[in-house]
Amino acid sequence: MADETVKSTFSKGVRDAVPFLLVVAPFSMLFGVVATESGLNVLETLGFSVAVIAGAAQFAAVQLMVEDAPTVIVLASALAINLRMAMYSAALTPHLGAAPFWHRAIAAYFIVDQSYGLSILRFEQNPDWSLKLKLAYFWGTVLPICPFWYVFTLIGALIGDAIPQWMALDFALPICFLAIIMPMLRTPAHVAAALVSIVAALCFAVLPYNLGLLVAGLLGMVTGAEVERRTTLAEHS
Amino acid sequence: MDTATVWFVILLLGLGSYLLRFVFIGIVGDRPLPPWLLRHLRYTAVAILPGLVTPLVVWPQATGGVPDPARLIATVVTILVGWRTKSVISAILSGAAALYLVLYLTG
Repeated sequence: MADETVKSTFSKGVRDAVPFLLVVAPFSMLFGVVATESGLNVLETLGFSVAVIAGAAQFAAVQLMVEDAPTVIVLASALAINLRMAMYSAALTPHLGAAPFWHRAIAAYFIVDQSYGLSILRFEQNPDWSLKLKLAYFWGTVLPICPFWYVFTLIGALIGDAIPQWMALDFALPICFLAIIMPMLRTPAHVAAALVSIVAALCFAVLPYNLGLLVAGLLGMVTGAEVERRTTLAEHS
Repeated sequence: MDTATVWFVILLLGLGSYLLRFVFIGIVGDRPLPPWLLRHLRYTAVAILPGLVTPLVVWPQATGGVPDPARLIATVVTILVGWRTKSVISAILSGAAALYLVLYLTG
């Protein structure tokens, strides 16, 4: 379509992102519940979602604080999970890098799994989109996701105490993470990274201060990168 | 957890996460990046999350660190459904259903 407007592209972004509310709403509500059950008050719980706006890192930080891990370890582990945001930022730069600085500074805050994933997909499908259209699409994907991230965190924090014991909420987090990991395992390199991480996490669980997680993450990351490098070499030889 | 520590973590984690999002789009701009760096960044999530989940699955806190059939079965179901369907929401619902079913049956 040659006659796409800013408005129609923005709407396209909204429409593409709306289905993800089915994941985002329960996940952020669960964070609200788990965080308040862990001893955070409503304001602190909401503060997490507004400041960090990344579910996996938020859950990890709360989990590690419950385990009384040192603050340095809490921060290092949660930031390691968010390293993928740097990759998203790098991937979006060729498309949005020409926007004014203030616009990029605000957009950066709203780079989340969904806005990145959808934007990259559509930008690659529509190489003729102008910067204006690309920005419109990006903001379209942000609208149905980010505000609801805060709202459902708040709802979860407020209803937290009403969740009965039999619901075994302790296991909601592992189930959510497993469900998020599985679609990420697209290539043998991703699978190798995950398997090494699992084995290392078990082997190094004895390390103090939850250092085992950082070791597992580092080994998994290097494994994934190395498998990818060798696969690419094999394909080109 | 005291309030000061919690807010310290919230603010630093928020700041750090913002800088990670900002670093390329804001600072590096459209200068090319070394391929080895991008290659490592691609695997951060799949390397950290399994390592985080594994101890929670094998040694759940709710059972005092003893492996528990309901939680192990829920794990297997979540993985299988997630693998077959690639759907996050189906995997979560199936895993939760398996967890409740086994918890109910084993009372």
